[in-house]
Amino acid sequence: MAILGAINPMLTVGLDGDNAWRLDDYVKRGGYSALKKIIAEKTPTDQIIKEVKKSVLRGRGGAGFPTGLKWSFMPKYFPGDKYVICNSDEGEPGTFKDRDILRYNPHSVIEGMAIAAYAIGAARGYNYIHGEIWEIYKRFEEALDEARAAGLIGKNILGSGFDFELFAHHGYGAYICGEESALLDSIEGKKGQPRFKPPFPANYGLYGKPTTVNNTETFSAVPFILNHGADAYLEAGKPNNGGTKLFSVSGHVNRPGNYEIPLGTPFATLLEMAGGVRGGRKLKACIPGGSSAPVLPAQTIMDCTMDFDSISKAGSMLGSGAVIVMDETTCMVRALERLSYFYYEESCGQCTPCREGTSWLYKVVHRIEHGQGRADDLDLLRSVTTNIMGRTICALGDAASMPVQSFVKHFQDEFAYHIEHKKCLVPPEIQRAGSGFFKATV
Amino acid sequence: MLTTESIQKIDREIAKYPPDRKQSAVMAALAIAQEELGWLPNEAIEFVANYLGMEPIAAYEVASFYNMYDLKPVGKHKLTVCTNLPCMLSGGVDAAEYLKMKLGIDFNETTPDGRFTLKEGECMGACGDAPVMLVNNRRMCSCMQPEQIDNLLAELE
Amino acid sequence: MLDIEIDGRLVQVPAGSTIMDAAQLVGTYIPHFCYHKKLSIAANCRMCMVQVEKAPKPLPACSTPVTGGMKVFTHSELAVAAQKGVMEFLLINHPLDCPICDQGGECQLQDLSVGYGAGTSRYREAKRVVFQKEAGPLISMQEMSRCIHCTRCVRFGQEIAGVKELGMASRNMHSEIQTFVGRTIDSELSGNMIDLCPVGALTSKPFRYSARSWELSRRKSVSPHDSLGTNLTVQVKNNRVMRVLARENEDVNECWISDKDRFSYEALNSSERLLKPMVRVDGALREVEWNVALDYISHALKDVAKSHGAESIAALASPHSTLEELYLLQKLMREIGSGNVDFRPRRRDSSTDGKRAGTPWLGMRLSEIKDLDAVLVVGSFLRKDHPLFAQRLRQLAKKYGEVSLVSVTSDDPLIRLTEQISVPPQDLVLALAGIVKAAAELMGEAVPAGLESGDACEKSRAIAQSLLNGEKKAVFLGNVAEQIAQAGQLHALAAELCRLTGASLGFIGEAANSVGGYVAKALPTGLNAYEMFAQPRKAYVLMGLEPELDCANPQMAVAALKQASLVVLLTSFKNVAALDYADVMLPIAAFAETSGTYVNTEGRVQGVAGVCRPQGEARPAWKVLRVLGNVLGLPGFEYESSEQVRDELIPSGTEFVEGLDNGVELRIQSIGSYPSGLQRIADVPIYFADSLVRRAVSLQQTKDAAIPAARMNPQTLAELGVVVGSRVRVRQDQGEAVLTACSDSTVPAGCVRIAAAHPTTAALGEMFGPIDVERA
Ligand SMILES: Cc1cc2nc3c(=O)[nH]c(=O)nc-3n(C[C@H](O)[C@H](O)[C@H](O)COP(=O)(O)O)c2cc1C
Ligand code: SF4
Ligand code: FES
Repeated sequence: MAILGAINPMLTVGLDGDNAWRLDDYVKRGGYSALKKIIAEKTPTDQIIKEVKKSVLRGRGGAGFPTGLKWSFMPKYFPGDKYVICNSDEGEPGTFKDRDILRYNPHSVIEGMAIAAYAIGAARGYNYIHGEIWEIYKRFEEALDEARAAGLIGKNILGSGFDFELFAHHGYGAYICGEESALLDSIEGKKGQPRFKPPFPANYGLYGKPTTVNNTETFSAVPFILNHGADAYLEAGKPNNGGTKLFSVSGHVNRPGNYEIPLGTPFATLLEMAGGVRGGRKLKACIPGGSSAPVLPAQTIMDCTMDFDSISKAGSMLGSGAVIVMDETTCMVRALERLSYFYYEESCGQCTPCREGTSWLYKVVHRIEHGQGRADDLDLLRSVTTNIMGRTICALGDAASMPVQSFVKHFQDEFAYHIEHKKCLVPPEIQRAGSGFFKATV
Repeated sequence: MLTTESIQKIDREIAKYPPDRKQSAVMAALAIAQEELGWLPNEAIEFVANYLGMEPIAAYEVASFYNMYDLKPVGKHKLTVCTNLPCMLSGGVDAAEYLKMKLGIDFNETTPDGRFTLKEGECMGACGDAPVMLVNNRRMCSCMQPEQIDNLLAELE
Repeated sequence: MLDIEIDGRLVQVPAGSTIMDAAQLVGTYIPHFCYHKKLSIAANCRMCMVQVEKAPKPLPACSTPVTGGMKVFTHSELAVAAQKGVMEFLLINHPLDCPICDQGGECQLQDLSVGYGAGTSRYREAKRVVFQKEAGPLISMQEMSRCIHCTRCVRFGQEIAGVKELGMASRNMHSEIQTFVGRTIDSELSGNMIDLCPVGALTSKPFRYSARSWELSRRKSVSPHDSLGTNLTVQVKNNRVMRVLARENEDVNECWISDKDRFSYEALNSSERLLKPMVRVDGALREVEWNVALDYISHALKDVAKSHGAESIAALASPHSTLEELYLLQKLMREIGSGNVDFRPRRRDSSTDGKRAGTPWLGMRLSEIKDLDAVLVVGSFLRKDHPLFAQRLRQLAKKYGEVSLVSVTSDDPLIRLTEQISVPPQDLVLALAGIVKAAAELMGEAVPAGLESGDACEKSRAIAQSLLNGEKKAVFLGNVAEQIAQAGQLHALAAELCRLTGASLGFIGEAANSVGGYVAKALPTGLNAYEMFAQPRKAYVLMGLEPELDCANPQMAVAALKQASLVVLLTSFKNVAALDYADVMLPIAAFAETSGTYVNTEGRVQGVAGVCRPQGEARPAWKVLRVLGNVLGLPGFEYESSEQVRDELIPSGTEFVEGLDNGVELRIQSIGSYPSGLQRIADVPIYFADSLVRRAVSLQQTKDAAIPAARMNPQTLAELGVVVGSRVRVRQDQGEAVLTACSDSTVPAGCVRIAAAHPTTAALGEMFGPIDVERA
């Protein structure tokens, strides 16, 4: 089981064994009680949105936007269809939490989506699931079948007259489809290219209809909030940082995996839960919120607590909560080269600064890594990122730029050394040993 | 062009979307076609386009945009290895090197016996299980140390 | 209205405008590539970045809506830095070899890079190389490395042409504009993509490398082809038309032209041009001097008139002729004493002649189409007959207008149709009668006499309802509706439908001067275009016409010409078939070589000047007719200029002609039974429609110029026992043709679609009528 530890769990509470994902188990854990209660009591939709607002549930997909507020943007009286979409495209390097939610607790997502649909008046929804996780997609479809058979989704849910059809849409390998408007185009059967905003999905979303998009983890937190109240949720976190969050810890730790902890838990605690740095080596740097978040040097991250505000104050982003740990065996140039390749490869290609800029960034970092760097390359990198940031259609341009800026800023010496000496500060054998693949130890 | 079984699968996907939004099923339909044919020849893309009432170039845009479609023939087993940073830190690149050595091919190549094609993948959302690799887009293999890779190759013989 | 400020200037703009709209209102230029006023917003080039007060980042002007009190700075430091940054990105992978680029001198990237580009490049990597692509005879995709991914071409296809032929495949910096695996671009509007492409990626294949833009002089002109009167810019070098481009006129063609308008100029330099007058001497046509030819005609015509009477002379003109040419031809005839003159060679039915209230026309201005709520088009190969008119309906249907089509095939017009009915040609009257009946029933009015037994099927009712629902609506009669034998009945029924529904009635019109011919009075007081061949005459004067390709019944026309003692052809081309029957051929100036006037379908008067000298000894037809009048000693042929001729008809400065009226005094006949048996449906394919396009070599290589086939639906094929792809012999009266049988489910059962206007089918008879098909 990949959820390796928890403090005060809300999303993963009571999850044990590989079969706990089924409807029966979920119901035994108190599942669907929130939905049933709302339907039975015909809770006014405003009241639900108010409760979610009060919980300060911030979007778990990366941007941390308050969920209740987002729901309130949906036009109330709209004559046509409205949609609720779950974003399980999880492609941000380092992030693997949504997969485990869908694997172990899919009904919490279904329930959360159904509640959202009720609150915003949507009769149809889709869960867009990352292409590479076919088995999880199949499982989610099975869970949908269970819910449909039990009358929890579909027409006239539990005899209430409330209809909510929910389907899974399987991605096929494009990081950009995690960006919500690209995701909508992808469901529409097109290339996943982000749309310019405004208009935002709440006005012009799937098929041009009002649409709310939330992350898997966001939906999965909704039943808890409505069952136990916004206050109970808030209590677990810090002010303005409500609830618990799943952190995906990867890289140089002894026990990589998912950990559910209240927002505001010290990074040190999380690192400890993950078994500490691999082989007891020294922490060098950490990307605290998925590959798009600026990297933080060891001393900075060790002082942080894991919540939106603290990480932001330290100069990075909590993002999707993907914690990529790098120890002293890491070559920062090589690490950045791989990330830059990723953004270059995944740029959708429609807007000029991103299409051209990401490939330029990659080429420059690549040549530094391969001993062909030039004296002015670091200035060039900074300048190119400035020309990309804030000028693209979607945030991929920023996402590609922030790693470059932060790596160059915090590890300038290492880059300069590469350029000057045409080789790495960290000897190749040490780098090689770091991964543990060949069982060598340092 | 496709078997009735595949067509039925496509029809099930079409049913997920509003009746006038058949195009929404294009990703699934292309995946189903690829599953049956092993890859996506142009004729298959055109077939899918016609079946869904969209222009062939629109279907081609989709097929060429998403990574997991193969517009060229691949071996019987396509192995996609994630080498992205989180995986790299835990042996993703090493695993790819190991596979290249064992199979005697580079990325985007197929073994002479047509058995294996090796691809470099982007983040698969399974970084905690690194090294990870995907067999034929469907089966995810986790924690692939040398021994596990040996076993996998033996199994796929 | 919102008040905003652009670079310190106050502007009032409608709510919902973008910053780009607002800037255009005040004439402030914001650099851009992907933005185009007629296309959807893509906001992908990012060149149009401007600074907005309080916004932390620069914003794209093309996609940022204005808000009240907004302050925009288009040239501030922040804005210019963003624009320069984007320009650098656009140039890093763009070849910088403007001197050898076909777009050089008219390239938006080149122009803007002067202002926004840096002197030296900081990019030292190898540039992207994109392989050339083959996309057919009209558009060159040799230089796709120059593409800047603005997707204007892709959006044009999807949104304006109605068919997505180009797409952007792949992703990231490897994205490429392409067709589906090497297909050709076949849209009849495709050439507009050349104009839209801001760089030299999509260029004109026929024009490629034949001249540099600055060597060309630009002259205004008007298309001589369809009835729209498309405005053109003709570009000339050394007295040769090198290129034709769109000239923007929002009220007529907006900023588009069809491929026919764009590429037909190639015919001007055709080797088939007639360069000197020719007269039949001892059985063969010989080149002679002008005076010899004119004397010959004068004597011959006088002879015929003397021995057989003036009514044994007939004249027929092409509706593509200018107003002045048409006017002088009829004047000449009437002065000789013959009323046998017409300009409607494809017209079979003349029952409305003498019963019309005025000149038939569109019934409204072209610019009013966009405001219609409902439209019914009857009898038209809409997309190929009228590419840009169809485009207007396409845009209308995309918004809220309901467009329905009742015709003889169910071709896809690439318009979102509300209803489509397709019936064999002889049932077109029946189909329209059904709609009239439905409309009467819906209005609670008595069903017009004779239509009681009509069939108001569900679709008819839906169409009638759609016409009744809307506030502004129109019924348009297309080319087929004017060409078939029941044209008069269709006119009467359509008029009744319009009376019932309050719709406006209109004719789309076949050719550039389909309205102008009426204005020029080129109408019979004797025999009309059909009768003058049905009752063979002794002498014929034909202008701009290839009778075996342009007439309602070419078989009959050619037979009549062959028996005549005098056939005079005023033509720009040496027409091979005419060598058989012509006695005199006079070389006349072609499009772009003569001044004259076109009156388009909305009655708009558009004069053109000659933009280059006629080839060889060709002379403008109006001058030829004038001199012929003189030689014949006829009064009133003392014109000095074409303007003088026009002034006799319409005062100079007239914008729209008067007397436009589609009213008709014709009783609706009771619907009877029409002939059964296999029927022919003849379309006039877009690139065979007139003598100019027939000789435009690049157009002749397109799919639309394929050799006619015998197209039948599978059921008809099966009944005839004909195998797809096999050869069939088709026969009408004495004429026959051997064609390839082709399966086409858009053709109604019991019909064969065989194109007219092509040499392979010139031996056949009526465009719509019985036909025999057997295995060859
Ligand atoms: C390039 C890019 C990739 C993204 N990928 C994801 C993703 O994989 N999963 C996700 O939930 N949100 C992703 N997002 C954020 C979404 O656009 C969107 O903000 C989110 O799904 C909203 O859900 P939330 O409010 O619940 O966080 C991405 C954004 C960008 C710009
Ligand atoms: S920023 Fe990149 S990914 Fe986003 S729209 Fe532009 S090209 Fe596409
Ligand atoms: S014109 Fe605005 S982004 Fe291209």
